[in-house]
Order: sequence, then structure tokens, then C-alpha cells
Amino acid sequence: MSEAISRRDFIKVTTSIIGGIIGAAIGVPAVYYLIDPALREGAKEAWIPIGKLENMEIGKPYPFSFTRVQVNGWERTSTTRGGFVIRNSEDPNDLLILNSRCTHLACTVNWSETDQVYLCPCHDAKFSKEGEVLDGPPPRPLDRYAEFRVNEEGMLEIFYQEG
Amino acid sequence: MWKKIFDWLDERLGLNDLYNTLLDRPEPRGNWWNTLGSASLFLFVLQGLTGIFLTIYYTPSPDHAYDSIQYIMEGVAFGWLIRGIHHWGASLMVLVVFIHMLRVFVTASYKYPRELTWFIGIGLLLATIGMGFTGYLLPWNQRSYWATTVGTQIAGTAPLIGEFILKALRGGPDLSALTLQRFFSAHIWIIPAILMALIGIHLYLIIKHGESHFPKKDE
Ligand code: HEM
Ligand code: FES
Repeated sequence: MSEAISRRDFIKVTTSIIGGIIGAAIGVPAVYYLIDPALREGAKEAWIPIGKLENMEIGKPYPFSFTRVQVNGWERTSTTRGGFVIRNSEDPNDLLILNSRCTHLACTVNWSETDQVYLCPCHDAKFSKEGEVLDGPPPRPLDRYAEFRVNEEGMLEIFYQEG
Repeated sequence: MWKKIFDWLDERLGLNDLYNTLLDRPEPRGNWWNTLGSASLFLFVLQGLTGIFLTIYYTPSPDHAYDSIQYIMEGVAFGWLIRGIHHWGASLMVLVVFIHMLRVFVTASYKYPRELTWFIGIGLLLATIGMGFTGYLLPWNQRSYWATTVGTQIAGTAPLIGEFILKALRGGPDLSALTLQRFFSAHIWIIPAILMALIGIHLYLIIKHGESHFPKKDE
């Protein structure tokens, strides 16, 4: 065997090398392209302003709602959520924030000033001002937004998490 | 060790025989024009691969086609690259296939015993153009919409059955969701299947007959 490589082997080697480079130049981006959605982090949580504290009467449920827009690829879905703020005293931390989504099958409950209860239009459930189940099929009290804060402008914000 | 594994496989699969008949065939004196068929084949494979990747995000519906392409271009990592290759590869493939045909014509390689190779080749050229035509509509933008409107109209001018052809292509009298859907189906299933079958026969014939030598002055 001579040391010099043959023309044949030279072509074989250069073809494999160039082929490998082209393959990698397309292959690596292709893998990223494929797994791109798995590498994204959606904004699943946020502080959401729901109203000025000074506008919320003490003792009377203050209704609020907000809309979250989710972008998945070229599709946008928006979900509307809402609830009630119940202030117990002038103390800005002495309050309760209920989610207005019924714990039975997720209809939206409304505050009835006359009956002093939240009424669910779907299966006639009744919840007390603090969200306890008084009547109807719901298995548990209304959910609460447990984390909240009041910013410098007196705006009440809740911490919202997807799901 | 590797040699043993290779020998074992070779004994059963005939790897060396395959290599010798498929890749180590005798060729006439080297000529770059003779590589255009292989270049067409390479482009076909490349279009196939990038096309498969595009279907991961592309949606063939009038509501979403445009947005999904927009998303591929701006939202997905390297989407611009995958689509760019597919987009420019399409034009390049038509060009390369066409020049390949010209070289076969110029060297008179379509003569006995390669008439069938030539006829199959005509099918390949038409199918390649068909890929371009059906693919052009898929982004569902103004340009592709009107190009398809005009293209199908031209097909509709055929005597007697023109109207029928127009409706069959469009899936109705006008361009609609049905048009987009059937163009998509043609683009990713029907025409590629035809192309693959034709390429298979084409390559079989080339291996069977070997490549034609360059014609001499007195031939
Ligand atoms: C998708 C398109 C096509 C592919 C993948 C393809 C592939 C090939 C390949 C790999 C060869 C080997 C020799 C060479 O590269 O020149 C070849 C030869 C040939 N092709 Fe094509 N081809 C295509 C389109 C066509 C068209 C449009 C025609 C003509 C109408 C044609 C007619 C021929 C003929 C007659 C030969 C034999 C040439 C000879 O023996 O010298 N092909 N083709
Ligand atoms: S959903 Fe509210 S009672 Fe059924």
C-alpha cells in the first residue's frame, strides 16, 4: 500500500465530509424547528389590576372581571375571569377576593343584593357573601384569589395563575 | 468486529452487490451535465424533507393558512430557513429538471433503448411543474390566490370539457376552502406518490441500460 490516497478514496472522503456539513447545517436547525414549542415558556402567571381600593365599598361585594389572551402559534384564545372583592374594614389587607366561577360546573355566579347571596344561574346554587355553599350541588366553597397587593396608586392587584 | 457484522449483513442483504450495481456503475467519460439527474433527485429528497417539516406548522384552511405561514416565518426557530429552502428549492428543481431534459435532448440520449426513460421523464417534468402549481396556492395570499384563479381559468379554456376541468381543479366553480384542501392533498400526497413511482422506474431503467455515451460526429 502506498501512502498516497487514491483519487477514488479522496472523492469518497470529501463527499462524506461535505455531505456531513450540509446535513448538519440543515439537520440541526431542523431539530430546533421541531422542538421549538417545547422550549417556550408561556406567561402563565401575572399580577392583574382589578380596581381602585377607594372605589370598593366596605361590606358590599365589588364585582370585577379581566380577560387573559393566550397566543398559541397563530391562534389567540381569550378567557374571561372574574370575581368579587369583599372589604371587611378600612384596613387595606382586611379583605377577601372570591372567584365568581361556580365550583359545580363553572357557570358565573352573580351577587344578589336583595337576598345577600351569590346565585348560580345554572343549577340554582346559593353561596354566602364569604363564598360558603348554602344550597345546591356545588361540592366546595367558591375559590379565592389568595395573593393580592395594593400598589402605590391604590390599585388592588391579584396574582393570577393559569389552570 | 465491524467487519464481522458487515459480512453477516452483506451475506443476507447483498450490500456489496447493491453498492456495485447502484453506485459503482460504469459511467461514460465524466461530464458535469450528466449529474443533473442526480441533482434533480437530491432536490426532490430535499423538497420532501423540508415539506414534511413545513406540515408540522402549516394549516391548509383559508382561516389559518396565511397566519400559519406567517408564524413559520417569524415565530418558529429556523422556520424562515426551512421555508426558504422549500421555496427556492421548488424553483430550482423545475429549472434543474428542465436543463436535465435539455441535456438528454442535446446528447440524443432519448433514442433506443431509452425511449421509455424519456417518456417517464416527461411525466416527471409535468409532475414537477404540478408540484410548483399546487404549492404556489398554499400560502393563500393575494398573489397565490390570483395565480391559481388565472391558472385554473386557463385550464378551463379547454374545448368541451373545459368547464368540467375547471370545477374539478377548484372543487367547484370558484376558489374556496375546497380548492385549498385539494391542492394541499395533491401537493403532499398525490403528486409526490406519482413522482416517487416515476422516479423509481426512471432510475431502474437508467441502471438497466447504463448511461448513454456521448454521441460522436458520425452518429
Ligand atoms: C424529478 C425529475 C427527474 C429526476 C429525479 C431524474 C433523474 C435522473 C437521473 C438520476 C439520471 C441519471 C443520468 C443523469 O443524471 O443525467 C437520469 C437520466 C435520464 N433522464 Fe431523468 N430525471 C428527471 C426528469 C427527467 C425528464 C423531465 C426527462 C425528459 C423528458 C428525463 C429523461 C432522462 C433520460 C432519457 C435519461 C437517460 C440519459 C442517459 O442514459 O444518458 N428525466 N434521470
Ligand atoms: S354550575 Fe353553578 S350550580 Fe351548577
